[in-house]
Amino acid sequence: MTKRVAIVGIGTTGFRATTPDVSYRELTYEAATKAYVDAGIEPKDVDSFVSTAEDFFEGYSIADEYSPDQLGAVLKPIYTVPGDFIQSLASAYMMILSGIGDISVVQGLSKASNMLSLSEMTTFAMDPIYNRPLKESPHAVAGMEMARFMHESGATREQCAKVVVKNKRNALDNPLAGHGVLIDSDYVLNSEVISFPLTQMDISPHSDGAVVVVLAEEKTAKTLSDKPIWIRGIGWCSDTPGLETRNWGEAIYAQMAAEMSYKMAGIRHPRSEIDFAEINDEFSYKELQHLEAMRICRKKEAGPLTETGGTEITGEFPVNPSGGCLGVGNLYELNGGHKVLEVVRQLRGEAGKNQLKDITTGLAQGWRGVPTATGAVAILSN
Amino acid sequence: MEITEKDVAHTTSKLRFDDIKKGKVLSVKWEPKLNYAWDNGPALGRYLAELKNGRIIAKKCDKCHRTMLPPRMFCELCWRPTGRWVYVRDTGIVNTWVVSYVDWKAGRLNIEGGVRPFTPAIIEIDGTSKGMGILHLLDEVDPWKISRGMKVKAVWKPVKERIGAITDIKYFKPVK
Repeated sequence: MTKRVAIVGIGTTGFRATTPDVSYRELTYEAATKAYVDAGIEPKDVDSFVSTAEDFFEGYSIADEYSPDQLGAVLKPIYTVPGDFIQSLASAYMMILSGIGDISVVQGLSKASNMLSLSEMTTFAMDPIYNRPLKESPHAVAGMEMARFMHESGATREQCAKVVVKNKRNALDNPLAGHGVLIDSDYVLNSEVISFPLTQMDISPHSDGAVVVVLAEEKTAKTLSDKPIWIRGIGWCSDTPGLETRNWGEAIYAQMAAEMSYKMAGIRHPRSEIDFAEINDEFSYKELQHLEAMRICRKKEAGPLTETGGTEITGEFPVNPSGGCLGVGNLYELNGGHKVLEVVRQLRGEAGKNQLKDITTGLAQGWRGVPTATGAVAILSN
Repeated sequence: MEITEKDVAHTTSKLRFDDIKKGKVLSVKWEPKLNYAWDNGPALGRYLAELKNGRIIAKKCDKCHRTMLPPRMFCELCWRPTGRWVYVRDTGIVNTWVVSYVDWKAGRLNIEGGVRPFTPAIIEIDGTSKGMGILHLLDEVDPWKISRGMKVKAVWKPVKERIGAITDIKYFKPVK
């Protein structure tokens, strides 16, 4: 029988637009210290570490090398995944399954406020021969996807605006979130046009922060924690990078990653077998698109469900009760880490004012943002 | 952005600059704009502020008793916050060094034409724990007379020119 692995420790700094008082070192140190105290361990007890970093975002080439100190991982097995945090989580999970050790640690960080040329860095992710010479903005890519998704799904700008209103409202009651505000749909619809149909308020503002998560094999997990959160399924997937050939309407990467995780978790009907989800809403329409891709909603259903309050904290299937990327902030490689953190807080009953009732299973999803088509999904249960 | 003859000259490509100039092949040059404003945090921040004052400051770990340079807010080996700030001296000894005939872009220095070879060194600063110190440059010394364990001292920029950077120290030079 496959080993069972649980999350037994979580730590975070919380998420704010700027963090001028600390460097990335102190950010991770704070999150790591909290995660180790939460798990009742010290770094010496950890068998292997996985950090998450993307060189251009950190501003170091081979940013991997700057990971060990602030995690307590000096002279320990560690490597870095240049992807979403949930891909790192999958890696740390596999380390335990493969017998490398009983305890592994995952780290992710965002110092987005330190990136002064974010737009240029994202443009630099596009193909240099046949895309970049046209000088598209990264937001143009998101705008085109939004337009295609709306066409195929029937979702409206008003329904997308409702996602923004909901998530930013949820963030007001989440002390970890940095971008909570109370606004109405008109405010979103009338905000500055960026790449129509995408407006300024449809886009997640960026945030800084760090998350560290401790995983343990079943026997160790039960001795360490009285509230272990089990990893029941995990999946990840990448579509073709080609902007010309990818599926613009359906987020196939999210569908495939979710199906991989459902299969592992033995889930056939995600809507009824999962209680809530923290999913990538880096742009308003992504929440709707991802809901349909992951079969939480049927095709063309996510918009109407959102419009009628079905994804509110009090709704039949709460989505992003934490405030999501729109309310917490875009954390880049850490986006999936924030989702995992919030699912764990909910399943432990530690989500404060936003606490959901009678929940046993939650879904956390990450997407690597424009112009990527890479996503990862984790199914967690208490 | 144009590709210049110089860009092509030292590559292993079979392309000739003329091929590019005459448009026989498509050429794309993209200079990424990578601008960062790193927050230094309390440890590195104070280290740099003290360099502006002409002083080198370290931080001690109360558990392993190392005096650490550059200073840090936590001891990465003991996994606990560091304690006292301590000023250390601006003298030290050479741990290891190199006589470099190329600059940081691997461009050849005109040594024959009288350019002094580049001599970066690891300097163990007096007052810090063994193996702790500063990566800096050596000067006012014949590159071939540098020796392991040689005593050196910081040569500071004039006060008005200091900005709170590692380059507030111009270089280290030998002392008796």
